Amino acid sequence: MSSIKSGSPHFTPDLAVRNFAGGINCPNPFWLASAPPTNCGEQIMRAFDAGWGGAVWKTIGAPITNVSSRYSSIDWMGQRMMGFNNIELISDRPIETNLRELTEVKKRYPAHAVIASLMVESTREAWHDIVQRSEDAGADGLELNFGCPHGMSERGMGSAVGQVPEYAQMITEWVKEVARTPVLVKLTPNIADIRTVARAAKLGGADGLSAINTINSITGIDLDTLVPRPNVGGKSSHGGYCGPAVKPIALNMVQSVMADPASALPLSGIGGIATWSDAAEFILLGCGTVQVCTAAMHYGYRIVEDMADGLSNWMRGKGFRTLEDFRGLSVNRVTEWKHLNLNFKIVAQIDEQKCIGCDLCHIACWDGAHQCIHLDRVSGPVDGHVELHPIPTSHEAASHNRITVTSVTRRERTQGAGLHSPAHGPYPTPLARIPRVDQTECVGCNLCSCVCPVDNCITMVEVPTGLPPETWDERTRGANCATEPPIL
Amino acid sequence: MLTTVSSPFSEHPEIRQRFAELHPPLSAQAAVVESNRCLHCFDAPCMVACPTHIDVPGFIKRIASGNLRGSGRKILDANVLAGSCSRVCPVEVLCEGACVMHRYDRPPIQIAQLQRHAMDAFHASGEPLIPVPPPAIPLRVACVGSGPASLACAAELRRAGAQVTVIERRPLPGGLNTYGVAEYKLPTADSLREVELIRQTGVEFRLSEAIETTAQLEALEAEFDYVFLGVGLGAMQSLGIPGESESIQGGADHETHGILNALQLISAYKTGHITKMSGAVVVVGAGNTAIDAAVAARRLGADPVTMLYRRGPNDVSAFDFEFDHARREGISFLWHRLPVAIRKAQDGSLLLDIEAVQPIGNHPADNRKSDRFEPVPHSLFTMECRTVIPAIGQSPLTQLLAEFRHITVEQGRIAIERATGQTTHPRFFAGGDCANGGREVVDAIADGKRAAHGILAKFNSAAEVAHVKH
Ligand SMILES: Cc1cc2nc3c(=O)[nH]c(=O)nc-3n(C[C@H](O)[C@H](O)[C@H](O)COP(=O)(O)OP(=O)(O)OC[C@H]3O[C@@H](n4cnc5c(N)ncnc54)[C@H](O)[C@@H]3O)c2cc1C
Ligand SMILES: Cc1cc2nc3c(=O)[nH]c(=O)nc-3n(C[C@H](O)[C@H](O)[C@H](O)COP(=O)(O)O)c2cc1C
Ligand code: SF4
Ligand code: SF4
Ligand code: SF4
Repeated sequence: MSSIKSGSPHFTPDLAVRNFAGGINCPNPFWLASAPPTNCGEQIMRAFDAGWGGAVWKTIGAPITNVSSRYSSIDWMGQRMMGFNNIELISDRPIETNLRELTEVKKRYPAHAVIASLMVESTREAWHDIVQRSEDAGADGLELNFGCPHGMSERGMGSAVGQVPEYAQMITEWVKEVARTPVLVKLTPNIADIRTVARAAKLGGADGLSAINTINSITGIDLDTLVPRPNVGGKSSHGGYCGPAVKPIALNMVQSVMADPASALPLSGIGGIATWSDAAEFILLGCGTVQVCTAAMHYGYRIVEDMADGLSNWMRGKGFRTLEDFRGLSVNRVTEWKHLNLNFKIVAQIDEQKCIGCDLCHIACWDGAHQCIHLDRVSGPVDGHVELHPIPTSHEAASHNRITVTSVTRRERTQGAGLHSPAHGPYPTPLARIPRVDQTECVGCNLCSCVCPVDNCITMVEVPTGLPPETWDERTRGANCATEPPIL
Repeated sequence: MLTTVSSPFSEHPEIRQRFAELHPPLSAQAAVVESNRCLHCFDAPCMVACPTHIDVPGFIKRIASGNLRGSGRKILDANVLAGSCSRVCPVEVLCEGACVMHRYDRPPIQIAQLQRHAMDAFHASGEPLIPVPPPAIPLRVACVGSGPASLACAAELRRAGAQVTVIERRPLPGGLNTYGVAEYKLPTADSLREVELIRQTGVEFRLSEAIETTAQLEALEAEFDYVFLGVGLGAMQSLGIPGESESIQGGADHETHGILNALQLISAYKTGHITKMSGAVVVVGAGNTAIDAAVAARRLGADPVTMLYRRGPNDVSAFDFEFDHARREGISFLWHRLPVAIRKAQDGSLLLDIEAVQPIGNHPADNRKSDRFEPVPHSLFTMECRTVIPAIGQSPLTQLLAEFRHITVEQGRIAIERATGQTTHPRFFAGGDCANGGREVVDAIADGKRAAHGILAKFNSAAEVAHVKH
């Protein structure tokens, strides 16, 4: 997390969004994504009361019939809903009901953004009709749902459109023929290169984009019944994956769209956003607003309070007065691998005061990296240029052969009943359990600092190489048969 | 022929009620959450700190992943009495005391509770202790005593296919797990259930049979290839004060009063022979056993219960958590006091004469506290009580050990080679309290296990020699 500078300037950052995608205004960038939290007007009004700046209505179209069950989740290490999956379709309510309520919401909350998410059959007439009715009802903007990966795509809608650039462009054009409000196209990630559809939307005249929709998924299989989740009477179906697990994928797609001039448009970022810091990251990659679904389904509308408060406090600390002050600042910090400096070198450094002696870095480096974090305190004997060290299993074997006894007397308890019987903790980490990095062998991969449970215990420190910066591109440019390293 | 090891035992309902569990088990969900806290340390310090070296992160991660059977098996691989251990081990000075979480400013992983979770599931599954019985090997071993040391030795030998006979002088097997450990930690019934699993592996039990004479030992030597001695310690030491030896023990209808030592009280209530006490009780001593006895008296209805100790509160030899527990149970303490005589009052109650004492000098070597005390002048006073419970430690089985020829006994302990449990007699092995001078259940198990491996190693090398000769 970024450090908040001391002596932060005394101002109240302005979170308002102005003229997004050519005309959408709202008090803050936090929108509820088109999903169950925006199913009806009553919900959306409560959400606005809770502090949300906008809402994209649960996709409106010819009503459908849903199945039960509809959701499943990935729990991780006892945490619920690291990833979330659904096989729900668009709104199951009549178009008239949704639009009547939309009018009511807009009447009561004129300053908030209400976006109509739309999906209808792929004919010009159907799209013209729904666009006009939505705008007549008072929508501030339209979001074309080209992203839904399940159910609707079987009917030629949703991602069936979003995966074919020509269709996406055609329908965007139909919509733009009649639309008076900004038109956002919601992109599906279920495609080899998300930019192809972004470009098509731009060519079709879209005013903005929303990304990403959910990712095709099977979340898991019930090992008793052998039926994948969610179970609908003994069968399951491909679903759409979202929640914290998808954020890195979403960030990558957002960045690739915003870095591509032929794709870049005002963007509403979506995918795994749950906190202010997630939101800040999407905005740093160029998003003008952000949308949230899973986190709101998990904890309710109240999460927006800390999102707004936290973003504002971070902006204060950084000296950003408006969202525009930092929007997009990180887009150009992502580059192709070939432009990275090959002469930049860092090595791992363990803070012995912080180390708790779990020795996870040792086994991670031995089994998963470069065998250069050791439990022996001395440099090993040398075989040629290779230093010899006991392998991890020899440490374990030694432990198994130790004779440990319970410290039963008070004296034994303060001193330990023997070398390997602990005195009654807490006591400092024994030196024998504080690993040591052989920095001459360390390749600076970061693995140990990723596994270390203690914050800032393993830091990666720069070692000056004395060499001028040089990229792969520079090193091979002009060479006769330069070959690009494959990026895996 | 006995059907189960517990046939002569049935739990007394009043005891069950008075000695409700101190640490109720974790719910399944809580166990998963707790197991996920474990960092899965490499060469984990908790595992090293466990005398039986249970692979703690290994079994905890199996709970986290939902592999409960694997978790139980992983634990049993290292410790066949892990069910008892999870309930009775002083984990604060063992695995949990070594957990790195202490240095991470977090509470240690509740290793004992997680172990219990896995062991409860194992017991509920009805699976045998040894899933695939090994081929028999021509090795016959007798284990004398049926406490944790002998049981661990016996089970480990059965795993290798040996024939094992456990010989126990008491009617129920299990040693102090059955007769000694506080009921709110480990009920006698649960101890017996664990022994039953060991019996089902094919271990033969001869109960109510004491090995006490040289002749009996020689008979064992003739019948078996090796003998493991896991006979524990002897009776409680007496206070050595006037009036103590007069048998003033009385009571009727499961009630008791008079003078009885801690072990007598504990084994009597655990087997349902005593179910209530009343009036004032004085416990002499401040070790773990003294605390167990004091808490037991309290739970049986005695009031007030006072512990008398010759040193101060900072010198209590009991574990800190036991001392805290005693205070929570409402035990009061009289420090720097020693009893000098016990007299009988007219109404049948006891008059305990007590004197304040102070230590004389300090023990010269290694900073140990002095063992000698002198009375504080004019400090004598008398306490009236219904029961006095001496609890100043168990004495070694001196008389019995004297019968064991060729087996060296040092300071009341059978001398053994630590790594193999071998005594000075090549066919006798020993472990547990009788060899380590009195530690904990898990130490006895570790000793028994090492001795089994020691016996197997001797057997295998003998077999090899025989093979080479052919
Ligand atoms: C009151 C009390 C409470 C305790 N609480 C705990 C606790 O909470 N946690 C913990 O870890 N430890 C506790 N301990 C210590 C623990 O019980 C012992 O360390 C452990 O039981 C030792 O095991 P063992 O097999 O060596 O001996 P024992 O358990 O004493 O078993 C020895 C067995 O040998 C039998 N025997 C003796 N002589 C003969 C003979 N001549 N022939 C045949 N059989 C014989 C005895 O009857 C007995 O069954 C407690 C001890 C006491 C006294
Ligand atoms: C550091 C790292 C390097 C990888 N290098 C390769 C590679 O060289 N070739 C390859 O086919 N996959 C590579 N992968 C992908 C992995 O093989 C694997 O497909 C991916 O990590 C998904 O598996 P997991 O998340 O279950 O571990 C790499 C993954 C990681 C984390
Ligand atoms: S950065 Fe990588 S190579 Fe260096 S010590 Fe850590 S794990 Fe090993
Ligand atoms: S992972 Fe961190 S805490 Fe654990 S041993 Fe390594 S440096 Fe210490
Ligand atoms: S020391 Fe604690 S955190 Fe580490 S493996 Fe053992 S129980 Fe888990």
